[in-house]
Amino acid sequence: MIGNKQVVTIKGTRDGLTLHLDDSCSFDELLKELEDKLSTNYLDEDEPMITVMIQLGNRYLHKEQEEQLRDLIRNKKKLVVQSIHSNVVPKKKALEWKEDSEIKAINRIVRSGQVVEVKGDLLLIGDVNPGGKVVAKGNIFVIGSLLGVAHAGVNGNREAVIVASYMRPSQLRIADYISRSPDYESDGVYMECGLVDETRAKIVIDRLQVLMHKRPDLSGFERRMLNG
Amino acid sequence: MGEAIVITSGKGGVGKTTTTANLGTALALMEKKVCLIDTDIGLRNLDVVMGLENRIIYDIVDVMKGKCKLNQALIKDKRFECLFLLPAAQTSDKSDLTPEGMEDIVDNLKQDYDYILIDCPAGIEQGYKNAVAGADKAIVVTTPEKSSVRDADRIIGLLEKEDIEPPHLIVNRIRNHMVKNGDMLDVDEIVQILSIDLLGIVADDDEVIKASNHGEPVAFQPNTKASIAYRNIARRILGESVPLLSLEDEKGMFSKMKKFFGMRS
Repeated sequence: MIGNKQVVTIKGTRDGLTLHLDDSCSFDELLKELEDKLSTNYLDEDEPMITVMIQLGNRYLHKEQEEQLRDLIRNKKKLVVQSIHSNVVPKKKALEWKEDSEIKAINRIVRSGQVVEVKGDLLLIGDVNPGGKVVAKGNIFVIGSLLGVAHAGVNGNREAVIVASYMRPSQLRIADYISRSPDYESDGVYMECGLVDETRAKIVIDRLQVLMHKRPDLSGFERRMLNG
Repeated sequence: MGEAIVITSGKGGVGKTTTTANLGTALALMEKKVCLIDTDIGLRNLDVVMGLENRIIYDIVDVMKGKCKLNQALIKDKRFECLFLLPAAQTSDKSDLTPEGMEDIVDNLKQDYDYILIDCPAGIEQGYKNAVAGADKAIVVTTPEKSSVRDADRIIGLLEKEDIEPPHLIVNRIRNHMVKNGDMLDVDEIVQILSIDLLGIVADDDEVIKASNHGEPVAFQPNTKASIAYRNIARRILGESVPLLSLEDEKGMFSKMKKFFGMRS
C-alpha cells in the first residue's frame, strides 16, 4: 500500500480551495479519504461559499465517477465545485478536438446541389457555384468565387467569419444569423469577409483588413482549442 | 471500338435532341459510322427530328426485353448509309430501361460503330441514370439562361461521380444582340461558372426549327450559321482544332473580309 502518503491534498488559494487528488490509488479509496478529510474540516455557518477546484493529475474519470465526486463535495456544506481538471483526455475526444480545430483544405468546385460540410475551418480552393453550399463549424475561407450559400459557425459560434476572393453569395449564414443577397442585380466584391456585427445584430460584409481588429484571435491557436 | 457520348443538360428544352440529331448528321457527313440512341422513353422525339418516325418497328425497350434483336430495331437513316437510330419506346415508361441493359446495348453497338450518341431525357432521375450508364464521354448542353446554366452545373456535379471523362460544354441558342445588350449571359461568363471545356457555341437560328419540322437536321444544309457550328463541333469531336465561330452577323463577317483584302467597307 501507499502507506502514509496522502491521497488528498488540500491547498488554499485566493480563489478558494484546490484539491490535489492522487492518481495512483483506486477511485474508491480516493472517495473514502476525501469523505474523511472534508468531514473533519467543518466550516462555520456564516462563512461564505467556497469554490473548489479539483486537480486529478493523470487520472481519467468517466461521467458517473465525475458525478459521484461532485455529489460528495456538494453534500459538504459551503463547498461548490468550480472545475475538474485532468491531464488525461480520451483518444476519441482528442480526435474530435483536432477535427474541430484544424483547417480542412478542399480543392474542388462545389456545384449546384452539392454540399460540402467540415467540422473545423474550411479552406476551399475553388468556387461555390449558385445552388451549391458550404458548411463549417468554424470559419470558411474561399479562394475562388462564392456564389452559393456559405454557413460558418454552424454549431452556434457567432465569432466565425466567411472570407472569399470574390463574394457574391446568394446567402451568408453565421451561427443563427442569415443574410441574403439583394433582390436587384448587383456586382460582387473582391477580397472581402462576412462577419456578425453584434451591435447591429446582423451580418455585415467588410474589407478583409478589418478582421485584424474585429477578430484578432483568428490566428490564435487557443481559440481553436476553445472552439472544440 | 467506338466511343459512346451522352448528350445531356438537366433542364428540358435546351436542345439536347436537336444537338444529338445534328452532331450525328455532321459526323455521318464526315463518313463516320454513327448510331443515335433515344433514351427518352415515353416522350420520344429524336426519330421525328430525324424524319424517321414512320420507319419504327421495334424500339429500345423491345431490345432490352428480348422481343427483337438489336439489329432489327436499328433504323437506317434515309440520307446516309452510315447513320442509324435506335428509337425510344413511346408506350412504356422509363423504368422499363435499366442501366445494366443500356450498358449491354451500348457495348454491343461500340463493336460496329465509330460514335454512339445517346440523347438523354431531361431531369436527373432514372432516365438520366440509364442514359449515362453506357457512356464514355459526356456533352452538356446549355442555353445562355440562368436556370439552364444552374441545371447544367447540377448535371456536371452528378457526372463527376460517374466513371466517365470530364464533360464538354455546348452553349446553344445564343442571341448575339441580347448578349451585346447584356440581357443574356455571355459565353465567357458561362464557361467561368461551369469551368469545363467549351466544345462549341451555336447561335439561335430559325433554320434549326424549320429544318427539324421537316425532319431534316440543319447540319445537312450547306451554310446556315447553325449548320456550320454543328459541323465544327463534330470536327472538334474528331480531334481537329477548329476556332469558335464568330457570332457577328453576316454583314460583320463580310466587312471583316473586306478589311482583310484591304477594301473599305
